[in-house]
Amino acid sequence: MGEVSNEKKKELFTLLLKTRRLEEKLIELMTTGEVAGWFHSNLGQEAVGVGVTAYLEPEDYINNTHRGRAIIIGKRVPLKRFMAEALGRKNGPCEGISGEMHYFDLKYGILGQSGTLGGQIPVAVGVALACQYRKSDQVVICIFGDGTVDEGNFHESLNIASLWKLPIVFVVENNGWAQFTPQKATASQVDIWRKAEGYNMLGKVVDGTDILEVYEVAREAIARARKGDGPTLIECKVRRWEGHYIGDPQKYRDPKDIEEARRVDPLSKFQKRLMDEKILTLESMNELDESVKREIEEAIQFAKSSPVASREQAFQNVYV
Amino acid sequence: MKEITYVKAINEALREELARDDSVIVMGEDVGISGGSFNATKGLFEAFGSKRIIDTPISESAIAGIAVGAAISGLRPVAEIMFMDFTALAMDSIVNSAAKMRYMSAGQCKAPVVFRTLGGGGVSAGPGHSQSLESWFCHVPGLKVVYPSTPYDVKGLLKSSIRDDNPIIFIEHKFLRAKGEIPEEEYTLPLGQADVKREGSDVTVVTWGQLFFKVATSAEKLAREGINIEIIDLRTLIPLDMKTIESSVKKTGKLVIAHEAVKISGFGAEIAASVVEHLFDYLDAPIRRIGAAFTPIPWGTVVENAVLPQEADIISAVKDIVRSRQAKN
Repeated sequence: MGEVSNEKKKELFTLLLKTRRLEEKLIELMTTGEVAGWFHSNLGQEAVGVGVTAYLEPEDYINNTHRGRAIIIGKRVPLKRFMAEALGRKNGPCEGISGEMHYFDLKYGILGQSGTLGGQIPVAVGVALACQYRKSDQVVICIFGDGTVDEGNFHESLNIASLWKLPIVFVVENNGWAQFTPQKATASQVDIWRKAEGYNMLGKVVDGTDILEVYEVAREAIARARKGDGPTLIECKVRRWEGHYIGDPQKYRDPKDIEEARRVDPLSKFQKRLMDEKILTLESMNELDESVKREIEEAIQFAKSSPVASREQAFQNVYV
Repeated sequence: MKEITYVKAINEALREELARDDSVIVMGEDVGISGGSFNATKGLFEAFGSKRIIDTPISESAIAGIAVGAAISGLRPVAEIMFMDFTALAMDSIVNSAAKMRYMSAGQCKAPVVFRTLGGGGVSAGPGHSQSLESWFCHVPGLKVVYPSTPYDVKGLLKSSIRDDNPIIFIEHKFLRAKGEIPEEEYTLPLGQADVKREGSDVTVVTWGQLFFKVATSAEKLAREGINIEIIDLRTLIPLDMKTIESSVKKTGKLVIAHEAVKISGFGAEIAASVVEHLFDYLDAPIRRIGAAFTPIPWGTVVENAVLPQEADIISAVKDIVRSRQAKN
């Protein structure tokens, strides 16, 4: 394990904190109806998206997921830009056509998210193929949840990516739930990293609530992919604090499981560590929190004062 | 001019576009070393190498999805789905990824991918390798759908499809040895433009794909009986060239739509509805549609012929509406 500098740790903490505060704010906006549609919370799972993106170069790619705000923050998308899309504004990168769930932002290497789970996997592999073809030195991260692993696209794509030694890293955010059904009811193998062997691929498993662990494993995998040594499958074990979506009554879930999940907090865990290591003090932590909250508030104000996507936009870009 | 087979015309189009533009790649099952299941990609692997002519595993969904990913990153993949029946396995990548990428990203990217696939029956290929499923794709905004009949059309349209910036379903038919003349020099044909393959004044017959050949032989027989049909070969279904259909229907007042796909919910229904909506006053007789029976396509010749539209069906439909016009007069 390489030594992570204090500065880098502080940066990771800031991204993690920003993701958490953004998520809390989005849930609030969802509840008041200002964010439309369905919202799938990433509370408790943030360390994965932040950890795997933090080591990417700006020109590297990652697909989005339906719990994907950590990816967007990790990829350093300005909050104003993201919030404009989340609130359906014309100056979001998708001009309010796709919203937060299908957030697509090529300027920051974010490849969007398909409605079908698994649809994004071959697309990400295709982007990696183009990177290899052009010898561009770029790397693609393809991230998805444990439920998606059961799609045929997972099998087809991992086989090909390994066979062609493509510059791609597969990251599974395993929260143990495929929507309303527990993993144990759907998966013959709950240790997803073990599937890598079937594709002659390197498989790794990490505690997805430990951001430094995620960061380190991602760093190695990204370096391997960039060198031309082929893909890695990284399984990040996490806990889902909320239901599948905000408002999900979770009648299918034992309340004790929810309680236990919420006790595993990647943010407070990392915060405690940085305080123990004297990288953060209570005072600097509070200052940071205030400034993050301010930034989010400014982003919301910016988005709210931006024009809403117009009727005409609905009919654009169907064809080139 | 030179005479060439349908499959050779496909091969020439691929070869010319690969030579012209190094962002063009060809991928699919058996397209590389073996030269393709039906020789469409013969010799390309030797000429352009394994980086550009890519043999894939039997993974249609991944083939199509990977092609989309490569397309949004600046390549122009031509992805082969061996039989049209197998597009069912690639449907998510085609319908949910290829067709929507540009729209969902508000124009941040484009997906210039061509999905080549072999449609149609008539060769005892059985229920799993004979379907004409073009109407599935005509129903999806964002896709273009091309189904050429002749060697001349298939070459010119494949070249244009590869150069087009939209995702395209490019359907080839199974009369791969059908011969036709093409120019010696390079040419392309515009998408979205129907071709009047035969001029006539009595009945307009709109057709496409491999049923064109049966319509053409029907036309000769009908001419001997004094009935002159005008054959419109659509070549491209989406975008649909309604102008050419309109001007012909205004001239003849009678319309037969003949396709090999199952008649129910076939693309002919869309054309018929559009003509009724816009040209009702010009019609002298009810529109007739010809298509396959509402069954899977069986294997044996007798049963397959019973299901797929035949020359006799075309001739009798044309005569029917000519007679109904005479009765009306």
